[in-house]
Amino acid sequence: MVAAAGPDGQSVKIPGPTPTILLAAGLLAYPLVFSGPFYLDIGVTFLLAAISASAWNIVGGYAGQVSVGHAMFFGLGAYAPLLCYTLFGWAPIAGIPFGIAFSIALAVAIGIPTFRLTGHYFSMATIAVAELIRIYFGTWDLVGAAIGLQGPARARDWWDLTFRSEVPYYYIFLAVLAILLRVTFMIEQRRFGYYLRAIKAGERAARSLGVPVQQTKIRALTLSAAFTSLAGSLYSVKTGFVDPESGFGILVSVQMVIIAALGGAGRLYGPLVGALILIPLQTTTNTWFGGGGTGLTFILYGGIIVLIARYEPGGVFELWDRAAPRRWRRKHAA
Amino acid sequence: MLLLQVIVGGLLLGAIYALFSSGLTLIWGMMNFINFAHGEFVMFGMYVSLLVVVWLGGGPAVFGFAAAFALFTLGVFVYFSLIRYVLRGPMLAQILSTFGLALLLRYTAFWIFSANFVSLPQTSLSGIVNIGGVLMPVPQLVAGVIAILLTVGLHLMLTRTKVGSQLLAVSEDRGAAMLMGIKPDHMQALAWGLSAGAAGIAGALMAIAYPWSPSVGETFGLTAFVVVALGGFGSVPGALLAGLIIGLIQALSAFWFGPIYKDIVVYALFVALLWLRPQGLMGKA
Repeated sequence: MVAAAGPDGQSVKIPGPTPTILLAAGLLAYPLVFSGPFYLDIGVTFLLAAISASAWNIVGGYAGQVSVGHAMFFGLGAYAPLLCYTLFGWAPIAGIPFGIAFSIALAVAIGIPTFRLTGHYFSMATIAVAELIRIYFGTWDLVGAAIGLQGPARARDWWDLTFRSEVPYYYIFLAVLAILLRVTFMIEQRRFGYYLRAIKAGERAARSLGVPVQQTKIRALTLSAAFTSLAGSLYSVKTGFVDPESGFGILVSVQMVIIAALGGAGRLYGPLVGALILIPLQTTTNTWFGGGGTGLTFILYGGIIVLIARYEPGGVFELWDRAAPRRWRRKHAA
Repeated sequence: MLLLQVIVGGLLLGAIYALFSSGLTLIWGMMNFINFAHGEFVMFGMYVSLLVVVWLGGGPAVFGFAAAFALFTLGVFVYFSLIRYVLRGPMLAQILSTFGLALLLRYTAFWIFSANFVSLPQTSLSGIVNIGGVLMPVPQLVAGVIAILLTVGLHLMLTRTKVGSQLLAVSEDRGAAMLMGIKPDHMQALAWGLSAGAAGIAGALMAIAYPWSPSVGETFGLTAFVVVALGGFGSVPGALLAGLIIGLIQALSAFWFGPIYKDIVVYALFVALLWLRPQGLMGKA
C-alpha cells in the first residue's frame, strides 16, 4: 500500500495492485465455481448491492453528505427503461440515458437549496423527496400506478438483454462495478477527492482554504445519482419488473446506507466488504424465517445500523485498521 | 358547511401534529440533532395506549399518562444508551443512529402487532357534538384541544420555569452552563425525555380519534420534519402554528384532490420551503 497525506492530516491508504487483482480474479471466477442458480442469484444480488452502495459512497461516504433517499435515483433509473419499452416498444436499455438525465436533474434540484444548509437538512430533504416520488408514482397511471411496469416477456432480439441464465447479467454487473470503482479510485487521487474529504472533515475550514464547497458537493451528488440510476436500470432490465416499492421504497435507500457504512463509508472497497457481509446474511435470514421473515430482516438491519453508529461509525475497515497486527500494519503503512 | 367541517377537522389533527413536532423541534433547537425515529415514538405511544386499554381497562386519562411516562422513559434510555455517544461523533453516526433506531422500532412493531390497522375500543369519549352546525366527533375535539393546551404548556415550561432556563442555557453555551452548575448531560437527557414524552402523549391523543398501523410512524416522522421546517427549527410556537397549517392543508387537499394526495402536497410543500424559506416561518436565518 502507498500512503499519501490526506487533507485532514491522516494518511489515506491507496490499495496497491495485489488486493485488487485478487479481488478481480475471485469475482471473475465466482460463476465458474458456484454455477448453481441459487449461488448465481446471490452473486448477482451482491454485485447490484455493491454497485448501489458504491454509488452512494461518493456523496455519502467521501463527501459526508448522508443521503437517506437515494432510492429516488435508483427508482428513476429502474422506471426509465421499462417506461421506454411500454410506451415506445424500445429495447429497455435505450431508456438508461433518460433515467440518468432525470436523476442528474433531480440531484441538482435537491442539492442547490439543501447544500447551503447544514447536513441534517440534506438528509431530511432526500427522504422527503424519495417518499414524495414513491407516493406520486403509486398514483400515476402513465407509470402503471401501484402495479408498476413490466419489461419484454421474452427477448425480441439481442438488445432486449433478456437472458435465461444469470451468467451474462453477472458479468455485465461486474463490468459496471469495475468501472464505478475505477472512477471512485480516480476521484480519490485527484483534487476533487481531496476537496470531498476536506468538506467532510470540516466544511468551514475547507471553505476558508478556498475549496468551492457548494459546487463540489453538487458534483459529488450528481455523479452519485448517475451511477445509482444506472444501478436501478440494471435492476429493472434484469428483473423485467418494477413497482413503486421496489424502485423508490425506503428500504432501497436503507440498503445502500447500511452496506456502505458497514464496510466503511468513504473507503474504496467499503461498500464491497459491506455487501459481502450483508447479502449472505440477508439471504440466510430470509431462508430461516421464510417469506414472513422479511420483517425480522429489517429489525436486524435496524439493529446493525444502530450498533455501527454507536460503536464503529468507520465500519469494518476501521475496525480492521485498529485490530490488524502491528507488524502487518507497519509493513503496509510505510 | 361541509368545507367548514373539513377545516375544523384539519385544525384538530394539526394540533396533534403540533404537539409531537414540538418535541422534535426541542431536540433540534437544543443540540442540533434530528431524530429520525420521532414518528416511531408517536406510533409507540399509540400502541402503549392500546395495551393499557386492552390489558388494564384504563380510561383516556390513564393511558394518556401511561403513554407519556413510557415514552419519556424510552427517550431518556435512548439518550443515555445511544445519543450521548454519537452527539459529537461524525455526521454519519448521528444520522445512522436514529435512522437505525427508527427501523428497529418500526419493524419490531410490525412483528409484534402485525401490519393490520387497529383502533381503540370504545372509550368513554364518544359521540358527536353539533357546534353551530359543524358536526364534530367528541374524541377528535378532545384530542385536538388537549394537544393545543399541552403544546402551549411545553412552551411556557421552556420559557418561564427554572428547568426551561437550564435547558436553554445548555443549548446556548454548554461550557458556560457547566460553570453555572448545570449538568448538560442531565439536561439533554431531560430534553430527550420531554421530546419523546410529547410524542407519546400525542400518540395517545391520536389513538383516541383515529385508527392506525405500525406504518404511521414513518408518515408522522416526515410530517414532523415538514412542520418543524415550516415553523422554524427550535421554535415551539412556530411548531404550533405550522402544525395547524399542515393539518389544514392536508385536510383541504384530501377534500379537494382525494385522500391519496394529502401527503404528496405536504412533502411538496417541504421541498418548496427548502427553496424559498429554509429558515421557516418563525426561525432565525
